[in-house]
Amino acid sequence: MAVEPDLKIELGKQGVFVTTVSEIYNWGRKNSVWPMQFGLACCAIEMIATTMARYDLARFGAEVFRPSPRQADLMIISGTITKKMAPQVVRLYNQMAEPKYVIAMGACAISGGPFKQGYNVLKGIDRYIPVDVHIPGCPPRPEALIHAFMTLQARIDAQPLTGAERPRHLDAEAQGLFPVPEQGAHDLEPPVNRLVWPLPAPAAAAEPTEKHG
Amino acid sequence: MKTAEEIVAAIKLALPDAKVEAVLNPSPSAQHSLRVVPGDAVAVAGFLREDPQLGLDYCSNATGVDWPDKEITEKVKTTKVVDGVETVVEETVKRVEPGYLEAVYHLFSMKHGPTDPAGPVVLRMRTINRSDQVELPSLTPVWRSAEFQEREIFDLFGIVFTGHPDLRRILMWDGFEDHPMRRDYVDPDDYEYEPTAHDEVLKRAAEQKAHAGVEA
Repeated sequence: MAVEPDLKIELGKQGVFVTTVSEIYNWGRKNSVWPMQFGLACCAIEMIATTMARYDLARFGAEVFRPSPRQADLMIISGTITKKMAPQVVRLYNQMAEPKYVIAMGACAISGGPFKQGYNVLKGIDRYIPVDVHIPGCPPRPEALIHAFMTLQARIDAQPLTGAERPRHLDAEAQGLFPVPEQGAHDLEPPVNRLVWPLPAPAAAAEPTEKHG
Repeated sequence: MKTAEEIVAAIKLALPDAKVEAVLNPSPSAQHSLRVVPGDAVAVAGFLREDPQLGLDYCSNATGVDWPDKEITEKVKTTKVVDGVETVVEETVKRVEPGYLEAVYHLFSMKHGPTDPAGPVVLRMRTINRSDQVELPSLTPVWRSAEFQEREIFDLFGIVFTGHPDLRRILMWDGFEDHPMRRDYVDPDDYEYEPTAHDEVLKRAAEQKAHAGVEA
């Protein structure tokens, strides 16, 4: 049961602190997100700059970049994902403990970017793993990454702990492992995980078709 | 620095049996090159490196070129007997000139430093065709810096370098079968709908949409 803000302030003046479990739980979650020390391409340089003194990501409780996926909560996909690297990215994500979050940083990570039509470039990591926040830019400035981080914090803060919208680690039915694509003879197999990247199909079916209809 | 013709003359003097020719580039860039028969390539490369006047001890770049099969249409005049009278008839004849793969090496001299005119000595060699006879001798034993670049040529163009110490794919994974930099490479259709689709992409978007409609 939520506490009315006005009442909460009034009680605070009297020296009484009132909160809810979800509020204090999410407050703890959002202020200790540990990113994984993991860079893929040039966006990683901006990510490094974000953690250094000038931009200082530590102000948001995310100063500890962990070199092991077991100790990290946040995966910042910073750069181009090649098809050769994609299985490793998915595997690292699978190895992270719940609760875990993903920020896709930069044009390449969200769509393939300028290399979209390259033979070895994955057209966005959201084909294989769920992404919480997308940042456009090539590369995004550190401010943009900080904004993405604050957006992620706001999302965590607003997340209910019960019901359909609850986080994955509180849902016994939810699947935390995502299939790692195989490197086939011509492409990754499967080329996309339809569970996280469904086709925008329904509107299309009504249109007249020439070849396949 | 010697010109391409002078280098060829020097090679002929040192290696009388080597088949080398100077390929002149008539454009303003005038980047002439030496074309060598694969069988003589290692000997010629060794000469270019060790010759005291040339001293080409640095291979800065090795790359590949794909020359696909070319269809040539020619007009040929033949004499034919038409209605008992011998006349000259022009006929259009099509023939297919087989393609080949080419490896290109850019050579400099560290020993002699900058040259005038500046620029690399370009060494080229061709395979017999693009399908089954794609072997070329590796020049890695001569210039160590060619190792990774020859692996890249092998990966992206499919030229097999005999005598290479470690010929594996370098950019693509080991199980990959295509050669993406060949002109006839068709990339997998992993295209998805996007809001800013255009031109060729728009056509593929329509096809994919239609396909999705069938599957759904």
